[in-house]
Amino acid sequence: MKTKQPAYKPKKTSFFRELYLRRTLLLMLVPAVVLVFIFNYVPMGGAILAFKKFNYRDGIWGSPWVGLKNFQFFFKSGKAAMVTRNTALYNIAFIITSTFLEVFFAIVLNEIYQKKLKKLVQSFIFLPYFISWVVVGSIAYSLLNYETGTLNSILTSLGFDRINFYSKGGYWPFIIVIFNAWKGVGYGMVVYLASIVGIDGSIMEAAEIDGANIFQRVRYITIPSLTSTIITLTLLALGKVFRGNLDLFYQVVGQNGMLFNYTDVIDTYVFRLTLKASDIGQTVAIGLYQSVLCFITILIANWVVKRKNEDYSLF
Amino acid sequence: MKKNRKLPKDEILFRVIGYPPLFLFALICVLPFILVIGSSFASEKEIMVHGYSLIPRQFTLESYKTIFQNPESILRAYGVTIFITIVGTVVSTFICMMTGYVLMRKDFRWRNRFSFYFFFTTLFSGGMMPWYMVCVNLGLKDSILALIVPSLVSVWNIILVKGFVGGIPYEITESAKIDGAGDFQIFVRLIWPLSTPVIATIGLFTALGFWNSWYNTMLFINDSNLYSLQYLLYKLINDAQALKQIAAESNEIIETVPIESMKMALTVVVTGPILLLYPFVQRYFIKGLTLGAVKG
Repeated sequence: MKTKQPAYKPKKTSFFRELYLRRTLLLMLVPAVVLVFIFNYVPMGGAILAFKKFNYRDGIWGSPWVGLKNFQFFFKSGKAAMVTRNTALYNIAFIITSTFLEVFFAIVLNEIYQKKLKKLVQSFIFLPYFISWVVVGSIAYSLLNYETGTLNSILTSLGFDRINFYSKGGYWPFIIVIFNAWKGVGYGMVVYLASIVGIDGSIMEAAEIDGANIFQRVRYITIPSLTSTIITLTLLALGKVFRGNLDLFYQVVGQNGMLFNYTDVIDTYVFRLTLKASDIGQTVAIGLYQSVLCFITILIANWVVKRKNEDYSLF
Repeated sequence: MKKNRKLPKDEILFRVIGYPPLFLFALICVLPFILVIGSSFASEKEIMVHGYSLIPRQFTLESYKTIFQNPESILRAYGVTIFITIVGTVVSTFICMMTGYVLMRKDFRWRNRFSFYFFFTTLFSGGMMPWYMVCVNLGLKDSILALIVPSLVSVWNIILVKGFVGGIPYEITESAKIDGAGDFQIFVRLIWPLSTPVIATIGLFTALGFWNSWYNTMLFINDSNLYSLQYLLYKLINDAQALKQIAAESNEIIETVPIESMKMALTVVVTGPILLLYPFVQRYFIKGLTLGAVKG
């Protein structure tokens, strides 16, 4: 996206002449520019509230400055370390499990030669991607709840005790990772499958004729041709390591305070504070803290991608 | 190539290792849906005694009857969601297409500056609270526009469009200009018809996003007439009181309200259209994903 020398070189004209000449194009940009300005850039300006004690009477500009107090509170409460750690650890766990499953399933799926079966399996795995997280939450509840949950029914029928999942935080890292994979692996699998299909078939055939068995073909042809995609997607995902998936955490876990030590991420924390709207300065501060953290990690991730493979870098 | 030959040993081993996890995972992806559908037809008593089950021992429509005796709130939520999905998708797709096209015009001197203007928002944001305050100050509280307008521009879609439109030869635009066509005309008459694959892709993903959206409703809507479908489901599942309300309106005795099976029936009612459409639209999504993977 960076400045490549354009093949077509625009003639140099004065600013106002250009403005006149491009009036239609500029008008075509107006809706998007205005919407992005209102919903993205104005809130960025609103982030100065992180350094103020907001009250409605004085408004955004009139409210008194308080320096870093809003941040201090967040860090001193111990919440900052906890939600930041949870966010990062969950995201890392997601990256590892999803990438592994997606690549593995894509490779196996690609080796199914019965077209109908292949389509069917792919449709099954892709299905959860389409439903809303609210429905995923409902499904989680039907599997896990204490009295009637299917998992508990299975446990009792096998002679074990019921587990009250919704009051024991220790299970949740696993539950959340599983639901994340359940909903998302189909999507990633399709992406990897597309790049496997893109591998030149004649290479595979040549290897087969030369006597390479299927494991060797996967090991020396398929996986190497996927590595650049894997590395890039992983680095880009690492760039978002401090951005929690609000949908997942809010809908699957719910508003269950007993689990927060294990399940609270920055996004859910901010979301709850936003709904309460009680201490605006603090809520803004936490949001800003996250944005800055994300900004830095994205820059780093992009820098690394760029060094590895220029084509895949974001900017 | 692979017709009717005996499988070599290595391929048999590959299948033994690879197929079971794959098929198991595929099954795990589908079973919960069957569980929800099955339980929605079970009686409350059965769920209490045996838990949810894939196939109900005793088939009953009780929970659906309870819901549809007074279907007003669900039908209204359906209306809201259909409305925001159609309007949101059409407007959003059009804006993203138009923007992506302009940003790709080689003769547009400021295109890189504008591209950066959009792209920067994917790197940095002001956070949820300031965004929320902006929306409230615009008067979006309790307005159906709150469910549409803040989500109209997707920078990722613009990037996708840019990638696709970049593949359309610039000569088309150039020759049309020489023939005296205006820029907007060129976009609508020439570029739009050539862009069907990318329109379908961003249109479908946008529609799915609007259909499944819930948190704009949670943040901005108090008026229950404007609840979106997903939020209504969220509210009913997490708030047994609200569920009993529906049942009470349909003159059920509170004690016998089939709460658990109603939750499942509601989930079915809300997910139904997606499940029915899925077999027909999934290949377009897969195509679109491939498009994104190559270009994105």
